[in-house]
Amino acid sequence: MLFSESVQIAITALLSNKLRSILTMLGIIIGVGAVIAMISIGMGVRQNVTNSIASLGSNMLIVMPGSANSGGVRSAAGSNKKLKYDDALAIKKQIKNIDYVSPTVNSSYQVVNGNQNWNTSVYGVTPEYLHIRSLTVQSGSFITQSDLNSRNRVAVIGTTVATNLFDETNPVGKTIRINNQPYKVIGVLESKGQSSVGQDQDDMVIVPLTTAQERLLGITYIKSINIQVSSADKIEQVQSEVEALLRQRHHITNGKEDDFNVRNLTSLMETMTQTTTMLTLFLGSIAAISLVVGGIGIMNIMMVSVTERTREIGIRKALGATFQNIMMQFLIESVVIGVIGGLLGVACGVGIALAIAESGLFETVITAAPIIISFSFSVGIGLFFGIYPARKAAKLDPIEALRYE
Amino acid sequence: MNPIIELQGIQKIYHIGGEDFAALAGITLNIEEGEFAALMGPSGSGKSTLMNILGCLDRPTAGSYQLGGKEVAHLNDDELAVVRNQHIGFVFQNFNLLSRITALDNVALPLVYAGVGRKERTERAMDKLKSVGLETWAHHKPNELSGGQRQRVAIARALVNNPHIIMADEPTGNLDTKSTKDIMRLFEELHEDHKTIILVTHEPEIAACATRQLLLSDGKITKDAGKGVVMDVI
Repeated sequence: MLFSESVQIAITALLSNKLRSILTMLGIIIGVGAVIAMISIGMGVRQNVTNSIASLGSNMLIVMPGSANSGGVRSAAGSNKKLKYDDALAIKKQIKNIDYVSPTVNSSYQVVNGNQNWNTSVYGVTPEYLHIRSLTVQSGSFITQSDLNSRNRVAVIGTTVATNLFDETNPVGKTIRINNQPYKVIGVLESKGQSSVGQDQDDMVIVPLTTAQERLLGITYIKSINIQVSSADKIEQVQSEVEALLRQRHHITNGKEDDFNVRNLTSLMETMTQTTTMLTLFLGSIAAISLVVGGIGIMNIMMVSVTERTREIGIRKALGATFQNIMMQFLIESVVIGVIGGLLGVACGVGIALAIAESGLFETVITAAPIIISFSFSVGIGLFFGIYPARKAAKLDPIEALRYE
Repeated sequence: MNPIIELQGIQKIYHIGGEDFAALAGITLNIEEGEFAALMGPSGSGKSTLMNILGCLDRPTAGSYQLGGKEVAHLNDDELAVVRNQHIGFVFQNFNLLSRITALDNVALPLVYAGVGRKERTERAMDKLKSVGLETWAHHKPNELSGGQRQRVAIARALVNNPHIIMADEPTGNLDTKSTKDIMRLFEELHEDHKTIILVTHEPEIAACATRQLLLSDGKITKDAGKGVVMDVI
């Protein structure tokens, strides 16, 4: 007997009892729909977290000076004075796969405008800082290379500083005093809000690196170099190249400790990704339970169906149906339930995910993998939970079955 | 003529409550091709058991059964299914049609299991429906047909795969007098067509249509007579 013949018999049987078929499928529909919706939510959360980590600066390496060592007494990390602006320029020039290099210095100062004052962090940066921290200038302009070259007394301020010093008026073009020196405000940054560790990212003043080094701090070293690597899979390679270059530039011989630290944000990213993947799997597996429950529903109905159709089975056997014919008929019936239920479930799950995204409750990400997996799973469940009832049907004794009322 | 059915010492023994019960106690019987045999007997005489064995629905405990020269007594379930499909047409007392599908599809059902393609199936089934005079009812479901019509559909189904033998188990048991006459006329026509027919009945008038009458009691054939002899069943 042809396969298509069996499929047709199965579909006829399902159509002859529409309500029951639909109710049976409902278990699978809910299961598959829930798996897809839950995983879309989980993936949405993951994307959200990834994005917010990336906003800290994606693919970022941070070079910090090591601790100063004087006569065996080691000071705090970042306290030595050996990291120079030239190191940053050399990294930029000699190492590939780097988008931006941004050396910085920073310190806290009281910033004054007229009778208003405010204590904040002042950062000495290069123009690349804008890109590396994904900052945008709300009004005015950012620090330029010529500001850097001529050590101009210009400043770009964050919105918190702007509000505290200027209230409602536009600060661009006004002059503020940092450490009693006048600085012209050339720009105000777009608000970035709080960082993921609760730090106000708008409470800052940005000045040219050279101005900060020479006019404010009176130092020749820098406090950190931020490096943005062009892609995530290059981070490790770039990190080791940076380390090698700095060791060479700082004349550190083999066996001696580095006088700097290179850190990356990928480990943070990994932890967060791991956490959200766990969350996704957790949501998905709860949903998968309902899929299995749906499968048990299929088995239940198939058992009833076999009992109900005992006589039909007897007739078919009397007319020459073999074990395999009957087995196929019932197995295909339950697989068809799985296939149709799976398809409707996919539609349902995608619909729910889109609706959730539309409503703005969560971000959802719909990918092919959960759709394919949960659909195959529902077909598999139809197959698995159909085997027992189908065997039961196929093993019926035709004489007994014909006599069944 | 060669016997189409040759039974040699057929026994069927059931184990009930630790005791052996012989439903068939050694039956030896030949049925020639084209014979119209009526199988009679009181309930408990073993005629249903014999019918099941002749119809290849069941296997004897002992003995030999040759159907068309082939030994079928010890075939497995699937082999028996093929024999039923190829060689035997069943007509039951309660018709045993599938209620969900049309008369035409019911008639075509044995051909599904014989592996015949859809087009040929429909043609052959329609042909048989014509021969029982029901072509206009082909697309009706069994519950839209009268009892007599249903039994004619069942006969068409029994004939569709050109079996060697028609097994009819009380085919008129659920029918009124007029339908009974129609059905019996149909069996007589089949007999004239040289079909081999085995008819189980407990009604002497029905059995009288047959050319040979077999009486079974206590698992043995106690009478074997020719046409026209109306036997006393009890």
